[in-house]
Amino acid sequence: MSAVGLVFSNIHDQNIPDLTRKRTMASVPFGCRYRLIDFTLSNMVNSGITKVGVITHNNYQSLLDHIGTGKDWDLARRSGGIKLLPPFITSFSGAGANKLYSTRLEAMMGAMDFISRCNEDYVVLSDCDAISNIDLSDVIRQHKETGADITVVTTTVDTDNFEISSGSAVITSDENNRISDVVHFNHRLHGMREISTNIIVATRSYLQSAVADASSHGYTSFYSDVIDRNLLRANYFVYHYDGFFAQITSLAGYYACNMKLLENNVRASLFGERNRPILTKVRNSAPTRYADGAKVTNSLIADGCVIEGVVENSIIFRGVKVGKGSVVKNCILMQDTVVGNDVSLGCVVSDKNVLIKDGRNLSGHSTLPFFIGKGTMI
Amino acid sequence: MFKKKKCIAMLLAGGQGSRLYALTQKTAKPAVPFGGKYRIIDFPLSNCINSGIDTVGVLTQYQPLVLNDYIGNGLPWDLDRAFGGVKILPPYQGNKTADWYKGTANAIYQNLEFINRYDAEYVLILSGDHIYKMDYAAMLDYHIEKGADCTIAVLDVPLEEASRFGIMSTREDNSIFKFSEKPKNPDSTLASMGIYIFGKDKLQKYLIEDNADQNSANDFGKNIIPNMLAAGEKMFAYQFEGYWKDVGTIQSLWEANMDLLGEKPAFTLSDESWRIFARHFSSAPQYIGENAVINNSIITEGCEIYGTVENSVIYTGAKVMEGAVVRDSVIMSGTIIEAGAHVEYSILDGGVKIGKNASVGAPKEKSKGITVIGADVNVPDGYTIGDDEMISEI
Repeated sequence: MSAVGLVFSNIHDQNIPDLTRKRTMASVPFGCRYRLIDFTLSNMVNSGITKVGVITHNNYQSLLDHIGTGKDWDLARRSGGIKLLPPFITSFSGAGANKLYSTRLEAMMGAMDFISRCNEDYVVLSDCDAISNIDLSDVIRQHKETGADITVVTTTVDTDNFEISSGSAVITSDENNRISDVVHFNHRLHGMREISTNIIVATRSYLQSAVADASSHGYTSFYSDVIDRNLLRANYFVYHYDGFFAQITSLAGYYACNMKLLENNVRASLFGERNRPILTKVRNSAPTRYADGAKVTNSLIADGCVIEGVVENSIIFRGVKVGKGSVVKNCILMQDTVVGNDVSLGCVVSDKNVLIKDGRNLSGHSTLPFFIGKGTMI
Repeated sequence: MFKKKKCIAMLLAGGQGSRLYALTQKTAKPAVPFGGKYRIIDFPLSNCINSGIDTVGVLTQYQPLVLNDYIGNGLPWDLDRAFGGVKILPPYQGNKTADWYKGTANAIYQNLEFINRYDAEYVLILSGDHIYKMDYAAMLDYHIEKGADCTIAVLDVPLEEASRFGIMSTREDNSIFKFSEKPKNPDSTLASMGIYIFGKDKLQKYLIEDNADQNSANDFGKNIIPNMLAAGEKMFAYQFEGYWKDVGTIQSLWEANMDLLGEKPAFTLSDESWRIFARHFSSAPQYIGENAVINNSIITEGCEIYGTVENSVIYTGAKVMEGAVVRDSVIMSGTIIEAGAHVEYSILDGGVKIGKNASVGAPKEKSKGITVIGADVNVPDGYTIGDDEMISEI
């Protein structure tokens, strides 16, 4: 099996402007110690992929800082490894000259130079906000067996109860897993539907010619122009994935998705695969210290914290301090948030380096969490 | 690329650590886990990199597999260098001889070539059995300032404990005039910490002479230091102030772990100005369950706590299930305490499984001593292990 990975790091940035104002979707913190891209990169690395291109768009400083040389994912390699693909501005790359790409297809066009210099047979394309732990080598196996040109990984969701990105592809397939229809998600759709996880395996030579063809036609959408127009001519298949999957569509969705990690089966699906660990940047935090008088229940906590107060149903990132007499309920406190003494927090999402002074009382609701921006002092 | 190194460190990591019994059956003492996610050797290695020493020879001999694997290419300590970095130095077969390391001095003697390869002016000798944070660069500055041939780091210990250590007697200017190994009636309280800086040429001279002496024990404390003193070399004591703990015994290893607890811990691992690096393995964050009770403890990533944990140190990936109680204990990586089990005043090595409703150790106030269970021991459901026991298999 030889495949190269291609990650879209800014896709869906507009879904959570609060968190992506100063970073890419890929580097949005998630689940105590991860960034969203960790799931995508780990899935690739755990499936034997050793060459990954990461397409960036804007605001990618935090992403560069997170990825570094790639050594934390074992992607610091002499040949292959991680390659960042910053915007490549040509008349070819966007709606007009000197414009950044705005769609998935245009992003692919900008990465074709990288793809054409690879010699792997397959390309695994993935969004950075595909939160899952999937064995991609099995997708590639099916892709090979069916002789597919493109295989789209799909998951079944209840469209009435699942946060779906606008523009997500809803896919219909026949009993042989052959794709029969692709539509953009819209609110006339109800009930259980197969949606694309935006994890796609493509035969590299096919992808190159399809993208070149789309480019010469001036197409802009991967799903409606490439996939939908060629359904009858090409071999497009789906791969059904039934493990935990989530994508980030709003701040409330981000909140809900983090809270899902408090469920045992979700943690087991994401982190319980012995041979498929989710890798992230090492920060060398000391273990977390729980003081006398701390009271912690049903919470997921990273290393490097000092907990002296009460923490319930919360997601606590690295280096967070919760002072004496403070009560933190249903919150997401990101890296190095300091909660003083006698503070009360409910449904709060604090970005990195937030300081909440003694005696403050802040509260939101699960459908509208109280968001505190990076570096804020309250 | 190849440039001279001012000072390189030689870390003696070959010791068996026989007084740690069950904990060192399969690993050398420096590889014994400590403080949730560290191993003892992380402390001297982190001290080296924090002190600007980027070349460290690690002399291994006893059960080196875990240690070699752990050190790897030195990346976690930023000791993966194009020239220098951390190097494992096992005993080897030479042109004429093939010997195990016969003593601490002999181990260094056999690796003089390594030292000369870096053309080092100074050699720092370290051991892998202490927990402490120390700036070796300050000690080196002191060594140079004094124009010393040998500088020995010392710690002021209580008089009643002095007879457990190598004791230095010093003059006003800190120069050493007498060294006594574990004296019955100590006339000083300055204890050697087993940390030495030598001028390379002097060290080489005394190691060669020592090797030629058939009656020598080839040991720094017993031979090299007394020989240098007798010859009137310039030897100075460098007084260290701060936390320093020899974790060579079960009791001291337990105490050092407990020193990480409390409102103002005696020793902290989260000092941003002096970071302790360790090799990390990816684990999920720790999950604290609905009915968990945690008091005065430190807990590491990968752990799942559903029961009660008090005054304890819980290492990476350990699990304490519903209704289980862990008190005054050190629970190492991946160990599982099943539902309803009780663990008091014990050290459980990694991979241990304590069955449902089993009982290990006795409450600290009533216990005669710490109970130790070695790696991967499976304690059956309902089984009882008393206080002061040392279990390496059942």
